[in-house]
Amino acid sequence: MTTSGGALVKAAPWNDPNARPYVQVDRITKSFGEFKAVDDVSLKIYKGEIFCLLGASGCGKTTLLRMLGGFETPSSGKIFIDGEDMTGVPPYERPVNMMFQSYALFPHMNVEQNVAFGLKQDGVAKSEIQDRVATMLGLVKLGDFAKRKPHQLSGGQRQRVALARSLVKRPKLLLLDEPLGALDKKLREHTQFELISLQDKLGVTFVVVTHDQEEAMTLASRIGVMNQGEIVQAGTPSEIYEFPSSKFVADFVGSVNMFEGKLIEDEPEYVRIGSDELGATIYVSHGISAPPEATVWAAVRPEKIFMSTAAPEGTDNVVRGAVQDIAYLGDLSIYLVKLPTGKVVRVTQPNTSRHAEAITWDQQVYLSWDATSPVVVTR
Amino acid sequence: MNTAGYMRRFGVTGRGLVVVLPYLWLLLFFVVPFVIVLKISFSDIDLAIPPYKPLLEWVGKNSLAIKLDFNNYAFLFTDRLYINAFLNSIKVAFISTVLCILIGYPMAYGIARAKPATRNLLLLLVILPFWTSLLLRVYAWIGLLKANGVINNVLIWLGVIQDPLTMLYTPFAMYIGIVYSYLPFFILPLYANLEKMDWQLLEAAEDLGCKPWQAFYKITLPLSRNGMLAGSMLVFIPAVGEFVIPALLGGPNALMIGRVLWDEFFSNRAWPVASAVAILLLILLVPFMMWYQSVQARESAGAR
Amino acid sequence: MNYKSSYFILTCLGFGFAFLYIPILSMVVFSFNASKLVTVWDAAHSPTLKWYYSLLNNEEILDAAWISLKVAVINASGSVILGTLAGFGLARFSQFRGRFTLNAMTTAPLVMPEVITGLSLLLLFVALEQLIGWPAGRGITTMTIGHMTFSMAYVTVIVNSRLATFDTALEEAAMDLGARPLKVFFVITLPIIFPAILSGWLLAFTLSWDDLVISSFTSGPGSSTLPMVVFSKVRLGVSPEINVLATITITVVTLMIVGVSLWMSRMAKLDKAAV
Repeated sequence: MTTSGGALVKAAPWNDPNARPYVQVDRITKSFGEFKAVDDVSLKIYKGEIFCLLGASGCGKTTLLRMLGGFETPSSGKIFIDGEDMTGVPPYERPVNMMFQSYALFPHMNVEQNVAFGLKQDGVAKSEIQDRVATMLGLVKLGDFAKRKPHQLSGGQRQRVALARSLVKRPKLLLLDEPLGALDKKLREHTQFELISLQDKLGVTFVVVTHDQEEAMTLASRIGVMNQGEIVQAGTPSEIYEFPSSKFVADFVGSVNMFEGKLIEDEPEYVRIGSDELGATIYVSHGISAPPEATVWAAVRPEKIFMSTAAPEGTDNVVRGAVQDIAYLGDLSIYLVKLPTGKVVRVTQPNTSRHAEAITWDQQVYLSWDATSPVVVTR
Repeated sequence: MNTAGYMRRFGVTGRGLVVVLPYLWLLLFFVVPFVIVLKISFSDIDLAIPPYKPLLEWVGKNSLAIKLDFNNYAFLFTDRLYINAFLNSIKVAFISTVLCILIGYPMAYGIARAKPATRNLLLLLVILPFWTSLLLRVYAWIGLLKANGVINNVLIWLGVIQDPLTMLYTPFAMYIGIVYSYLPFFILPLYANLEKMDWQLLEAAEDLGCKPWQAFYKITLPLSRNGMLAGSMLVFIPAVGEFVIPALLGGPNALMIGRVLWDEFFSNRAWPVASAVAILLLILLVPFMMWYQSVQARESAGAR
Repeated sequence: MNYKSSYFILTCLGFGFAFLYIPILSMVVFSFNASKLVTVWDAAHSPTLKWYYSLLNNEEILDAAWISLKVAVINASGSVILGTLAGFGLARFSQFRGRFTLNAMTTAPLVMPEVITGLSLLLLFVALEQLIGWPAGRGITTMTIGHMTFSMAYVTVIVNSRLATFDTALEEAAMDLGARPLKVFFVITLPIIFPAILSGWLLAFTLSWDDLVISSFTSGPGSSTLPMVVFSKVRLGVSPEINVLATITITVVTLMIVGVSLWMSRMAKLDKAAV
């Protein structure tokens, strides 16, 4: 799986055991009293990646980011950036910059002074500061706003100043804390693509914290899904979506129908799962590694379920139910179908034609899916 | 997640330096003095400079004896003057606080509900007298209240009265002076509280069937409790120990404990007695101060 | 949100402000009164500036004002330094030994009756003089120390509450961009909280300028402050010169407060917009 929505890291170094990681997080734990905000996390991030830490609020993603930035000290474990141990290095000595969620633009300085601030701290020559600031402002299309104060800018402009300020020092690593969180939806989509092209142009490695899975999908070369201080799965967006490793990930990323069942046939090429919840057997065309008779869950995405009024062939992966609710979203519709077992299945159908054969409330329908569609997870 | 993390790592020494200076200052000039007051309140009056006997005395050659003398305290409890002064101070401070609530609450409420531009102007008008000398403002009331003062002149001119009313050097004058001086102290914390209030709560209450005064009684009043308490403490505590206002407006019969302490100290040079008065006053007020601090802590915790 | 207030509230506001301002206005008006009876308007010879001239030639008052000014300026500057340190410590260091004590010590002077503070300070100075010979006698130094002790508490509260709404990400951003903690304080924190520090300075100045009780306890011979002189005059009855003094005070304070609050509302707008 090397397809990716966001940053294109051509060689997929994470599949190469000999590749040298650019950022290495080695068994990091951060405790606040009894509470472990980050719990024994190890992570390898490669040069040129956009790595997204995705999770609900309080899952530890921001704490992990702040440890990369040097704002929190790990309780145990080490952090290496470009081969150097950064664990105890204060923020002002790290080759790392951060874009803050609130942007943290200095209110008493104009755009130019804000962007120049970091270079001044490094004692860069005045003429060079001017050049680099001007180039950077050009890159984020704020050349005309150099003399404005932050309060005279729009939200999107402030976001770009913050980005320029954190990039102008050419950090080895840029940390972004909910970079698009404060923007409205339209602007956010536009900015996502701008961010990717800027990252591509400058070749800086990004670590992004977000709670918005769509944002993570769009930006990331890889996503690390976090829950309760742990990284529960790391992989490309399509790996995360198509091959979630646990119920939590399947449920957290996108929406999913989860059917609990028992393995009744366990072959290397296929498995068959009997599910009381579904009231049918599920046939999956690949083997899994689980003890026989084990309780497993089959996850089927709503868009991978076919809905028809005529009975499809076969008995595996087919159930009958009544349409309970329909939500029309324009590009697609969501159907909630109630099975005889009481389980409600979510199905999405694209509205491809304007006058499609309309399925309505209380209608009896057949649901079916391909043998490749279900993902079987054991926890 | 605060800055304490890196402060802990990189500012350990700097951090100590930041706090140590104000800490030592307050310890030396605020806490230690109370210990000395306590000490002197237990010593005897002496006709010397300073006018008290040392607490530690050499007895014989090599042994020190501490002479604790409770006479000063006993004296305070036997002479009705002091007990009356204490009780009267509490009464005056309490009534003044109630008056401040009655006058100040509608004002703070009105300011909080005014348009933002008007609000700032009104707030400025409340703060302004607070920045002008208290002494001068109390003095202004002498001119207004005295026998041939402004109020009497106006009333006689209007024909309401024939002979001037006696207002100056009465309890009435003292209450006016205290309420007048401390009103801003009540309004400001209450306003700060009311300003944060979500007025849609009132609309919700009315929507659910409350009459406006019911909505006020059931929503606004309980929510503004902390602001009201903080403001009341800021009036009550200093008013108990007030000296200037009773001295200028209250006349010779206005028995307030702050004034008694002043007279014991400056007129009678009875430092140990004055110290004992101070200690008793402090014991009386400390619970209120702690209450004030806990109200403040709750209020700022709620604000964050 | 609707800004409508009932007639009851408006009436209360009207009476309240009348109560606050009639005494002040009466002093201003009578400062121009020619009569020595102060509150009896002498229509034939008023308005007049004669009491203004007489005040400006009153050596006693001018000397006292000069002492008050010196004490107030030193007090305000010292209080701002101590209060900013304490406010910063309380706002930023979530835990340190003595935090509770420091918090209590900076809250208590706000409500402590002045007679107690004054008496206790005097007794301290007397004890210190006996013990180590300092301070030798009482005067400007002891008064300033006394004023600073309660003024710094006010500054602490102002700075502390300003820092409570301060976005710490600003400091982290500066540090992230390479500034060391001390530099962050001077380049980022201090400029942003400057309005709070300025109002702390002004408040400390005013508290000291107006203080009577603590000054009376801690002053020595020949170091009478303006309030002390005013108090002794006022005890003897009303005096036209005091009206003049009040008018001048009110004018200066009004100009200062209006100027500062205009400037600050501009700063606050910048601040709000940036967060």
